[in-house]
Amino acid sequence: MTALELQQKSVLYRKNILKYIYGAKAGHTGGSLSCIDILNVLYNYTLNVSPENFTSPDRDRYIQSKGHTVEALFVVLADKGFFPESDLETLCQYKSHYIGHPTRKVNGVEQNTGALGHGLPLSVGTALAAKMDERDYRVFTLLGDGELPEGSNWEAALTASHYKLDNLCAIIDHNKLQITASTKEVCDTNPIDDKFESFGWAVRHVDGHDVAALKEAFDAMPFEPNKPSLIIAHTIKGKGVSYMENVLKWHHGVPSEAQYHEAIEELDAVMATL
Amino acid sequence: MGAIIEKEIETGKANLEVFSSTLQELAATDRDIIAVTSDSRGSGKLVPFGQKFPKQIVEIGIAEQNLVGVAAGLASAGKKVFAVSPACFLTARALEQIKNDVAYSDNPVKLIGISAGVSYGALGTTHHSLHDYAVLRAINNITIVAPADNFETEQAIAQAAALEQPFYIRFGKKQMPLLQPDSESTFEFGKGRVVREGDDLTFVATGETVYPALQAAAKLEKEQGISATVISMHTIKPLDTGLLEKVAAAGKPIITVEEHSVYGGLGEACASFLFQSGHRNAFKIMGIPDEYTVTGSQNDIFNHYGLSESGLAEAALTLLNP
Ligand SMILES: Cc1ncc(C[n+]2csc(CCOP(=O)(O)OP(=O)(O)O)c2C)c(N)n1
Ligand SMILES: [Mg+2]
Repeated sequence: MTALELQQKSVLYRKNILKYIYGAKAGHTGGSLSCIDILNVLYNYTLNVSPENFTSPDRDRYIQSKGHTVEALFVVLADKGFFPESDLETLCQYKSHYIGHPTRKVNGVEQNTGALGHGLPLSVGTALAAKMDERDYRVFTLLGDGELPEGSNWEAALTASHYKLDNLCAIIDHNKLQITASTKEVCDTNPIDDKFESFGWAVRHVDGHDVAALKEAFDAMPFEPNKPSLIIAHTIKGKGVSYMENVLKWHHGVPSEAQYHEAIEELDAVMATL
Repeated sequence: MGAIIEKEIETGKANLEVFSSTLQELAATDRDIIAVTSDSRGSGKLVPFGQKFPKQIVEIGIAEQNLVGVAAGLASAGKKVFAVSPACFLTARALEQIKNDVAYSDNPVKLIGISAGVSYGALGTTHHSLHDYAVLRAINNITIVAPADNFETEQAIAQAAALEQPFYIRFGKKQMPLLQPDSESTFEFGKGRVVREGDDLTFVATGETVYPALQAAAKLEKEQGISATVISMHTIKPLDTGLLEKVAAAGKPIITVEEHSVYGGLGEACASFLFQSGHRNAFKIMGIPDEYTVTGSQNDIFNHYGLSESGLAEAALTLLNP
């Protein structure tokens, strides 16, 4: 997919994220909007995964550690044909498998996440199995920046470099906000790059909304031979909807009717310029 | 004892709101009261606490194991620590810290499990805590409490703060009706609270399931002329075996009700005591069965598994007319 086509997809995905969160009156809006360009490039460019090969042991794996922004994942999986988009009208309803976190009851989802700090260890194991079986698949996992203080991440970071998992790529959605405040105020994890480098990882910084830069970064993995790769994706929480950008309450804020229409108008205007 | 509550039950606040205001009252006169949070002060209703007592709140970030370890360290140095985090993460992720650093080492941390049971509804199993009574019951030296209404909440927090012992106190998110006029109520850890008296059967409920049990009792009375006792068994451990003994002696059916797995919780605790002390009352455990939990809101889940006015009334009728 070209950069322009990817940009158009991103706008469409943003509109759908808002549509289904607005419909369900629940969801993690800000963090879905911050990571959607990353998911877009992964699923439309990088990952060797589709509804057709989803049961193949050789498919690439995407494990979303920041499970709360499931709306971003569901919208992309629907677009890729893993299930009919209309299924998302049941989001969070009684007996729907489309709940507020990824579950394997939904076609295309690799792991049940939602408790933070699980994606990286799961990804390490999955990448290690590829090495054992001499398979070529790669494993990608997306973490929140607020999620980093979970100790399991650092334990897994050690395992990843110890086993030289150059088929593993972790992406941090570095939107600088969590629920209570900025990550700097809650638990300052900076400098993230130095920490991971000292744990034996190769690290790159990328503009997490620049689809061309994301393509290039994913193409470049492993960034160094025999090392796991980390992408620190600099993003904006609520990206694409002006009144949501960098505003804490949109972590799990749901737009009112007027706010919803305002957001869709803004995104339509962006689409018209592409 | 218990007033019969057929009329409108006075609506209260969410228990967590009362937890927060009670903690603020305590903190105002005691600088050693400390809240420790893991990006959870909003869901723990502690934003006003943080604003009023910025020196008495410690933010850990999203790291629940660390939260409990740090809380235990603070407690060992004389702080009166309330470690506040979603019940699901607090009692699963940080279980070893609870076992070793709090209970075994006897560091008197008050663990506050927020949005417990299925309060998080459609966020799913990662966010549900249907295991917390079970795992903590098997750990020595921790009192397990699930307040049912605002009165029990205020009492539990104030009394726990004064006791140098480990506690786990579990809260949901819903607004909770007052079960009894406060003037008629007493609260003591380890002593069940009888909120309604009847002759035909007994509901032994806890936390947010006491209210539906009370509704079911009213429905049974009105529609069938059946009168039920309802107990708020706010302390899961140590269990009020004296009260159970008294209830069982009448020989009538007993139904336990909890927002927890049917394995290892209040129901099995009661069953174990009753069976071993020779009672053979008709007995039913109402809770969440051992299956992939149905998805939906807390209300959807309660209705699905019969933790509701009609579901509990039906369970009572089945037990009374086998
Ligand atoms: C183990 C665990 N602790 C707490 C939570 C509750 N929680 C959900 S999202 C969130 C904030 C996450 O912040 P961040 O990782 O920065 O995500 P983003 O900004 O991308 O939404 C918290 C505390 C959780 N889901 N899992
Ligand atoms: Mg963040």
